[in-house]
Amino acid sequence: MMPEFMLLALLAGLGVALVTGPLGAFVVWRRMAYFGDTLAHSALLGIAVALWSAIAPGFAVTLVCLTLALALLALQHQHALATDTLLGILSHTSLALGLVALYLIPGARMDLEGLLFGDLLTVTAADTATIWATAALVLLLMARLWRPLLSVTVHPDLARVEGVNATAVNGALMFSLALVIAIAMKVVGVLLITALLVIPAATSRRFARGPEAMAVLASIAGGLAVILGLAASWQWDTPVGPSIVLSAGLLFLVSLLRRSAGR
Amino acid sequence: MNALMEARGVGLDLSGQAILDNVSFTLDAGRITTLIGPNGGGKTTLVRIMLGLLRPGRGEVRRAAGLRIGYMPQKLSIDPTLPLSVGAFLKLADSDKRNHRQVLERTGVAHLYEKPVYGLSGGETQRVLLARALLRRPNLLVLDEPVQGVDVNGQEALYQLIARIRDETGCGILMVSHDLHMVMAATDEVICLNHHVCCYGSPEFVSTEPAYEELFGRRTALYTHHHDHRHDLHGDRVLPVSHDQGDTREDTP
Repeated sequence: MMPEFMLLALLAGLGVALVTGPLGAFVVWRRMAYFGDTLAHSALLGIAVALWSAIAPGFAVTLVCLTLALALLALQHQHALATDTLLGILSHTSLALGLVALYLIPGARMDLEGLLFGDLLTVTAADTATIWATAALVLLLMARLWRPLLSVTVHPDLARVEGVNATAVNGALMFSLALVIAIAMKVVGVLLITALLVIPAATSRRFARGPEAMAVLASIAGGLAVILGLAASWQWDTPVGPSIVLSAGLLFLVSLLRRSAGR
Repeated sequence: MNALMEARGVGLDLSGQAILDNVSFTLDAGRITTLIGPNGGGKTTLVRIMLGLLRPGRGEVRRAAGLRIGYMPQKLSIDPTLPLSVGAFLKLADSDKRNHRQVLERTGVAHLYEKPVYGLSGGETQRVLLARALLRRPNLLVLDEPVQGVDVNGQEALYQLIARIRDETGCGILMVSHDLHMVMAATDEVICLNHHVCCYGSPEFVSTEPAYEELFGRRTALYTHHHDHRHDLHGDRVLPVSHDQGDTREDTP
């Protein structure tokens, strides 16, 4: 029989995979992988902020990610630096700032490895409930905004001329990304969150004939990776977060064997 | 008057430089207006202002009540990881499939309905983009370089299609173009734009304007495609002297 902590870990992992599927599809379509990585790295700073200010960690992480997203959007309009240079600077600066801030907090005994690579096996029932509630909220938001989201992804100007409020739609996507980073942290840690967004989406591409199918298949691929990763971790006592990402990577490799469905 | 849109003294500065200065013109129903001018002359900026994507720094753009704009962008760059069929692409603007068939038949690409957008040829992409613009039953069509990436035969067919759509629907058309040959044949009015309106009027009128010739001369230096074409017809030596005359004679009906 599966011990309770494994069951909770499985439930929490599946909840996260459910939402990283569709969200990850947008990250891939819009080539935002590096952007997502930068936001995820700033999550560590969010934890530091939470410890300093006694705000709930999930809330603080969401807030810090959103602030960074807004800062990035503002800086992109400056055109002084290429976007990837800008992301490179912010991504690693915010990660370093988070690490230093955590170190400076008096009396804080941090499980740094858990923050960086995930700590799924210590997930509580309350955590799991938060994960599912957040995932449901984000999925609902994305379902309601599906068409405008897709339209802005395909051609922002054309969408605007057709009456889509692109700023609001992009804002909703940033908000979703920040929320998902806050819940995915527990599963794979800040350093591996992007993997959970990008790899299942890329895996599903070869099996999908439409964007909706690709989003659903990405959730399934992510869920499979969670199951396989947990099983591997159980079997060989490997760290859970990296095992899940490795499983996702293996699934992607297997998907390469199939010829693309969309052509 | 049946003016659909009117630009009055529109100007825009970007980092201290005037991209557009005192641009005024009117777009009427049932007329094709073509915007020509050198690269970097502000054509794209002006189109973005007319579409409402950009606010003018000076002047104003007036829109007629009930104006519906159909916009055909210059190109479509969809990430190859996005599996989107032509039908799904049209669904982004209108969920009624019957309308999809109708506009695709109109632009002559109904057979592409199931095909993925990624991987369409240049001409096919332009016709699909035009179909999406038509989905909105526009009374003003804004076409940004509609023949971009289309081979020469396809270009002529596409210009004919655009003129036919104007005839059938009575919509006004604002078109950005590089190609002077086609512009002269298929347009009612020409605006030569190089930050300001150099000249503006019927093709016959504009082609006699000194400002147009000046612009045109500069353009031929920029667009070597024309250059090569002339070489084939006239040979090497005649080119610098007879070029302008040769082109205008051909273009004026």
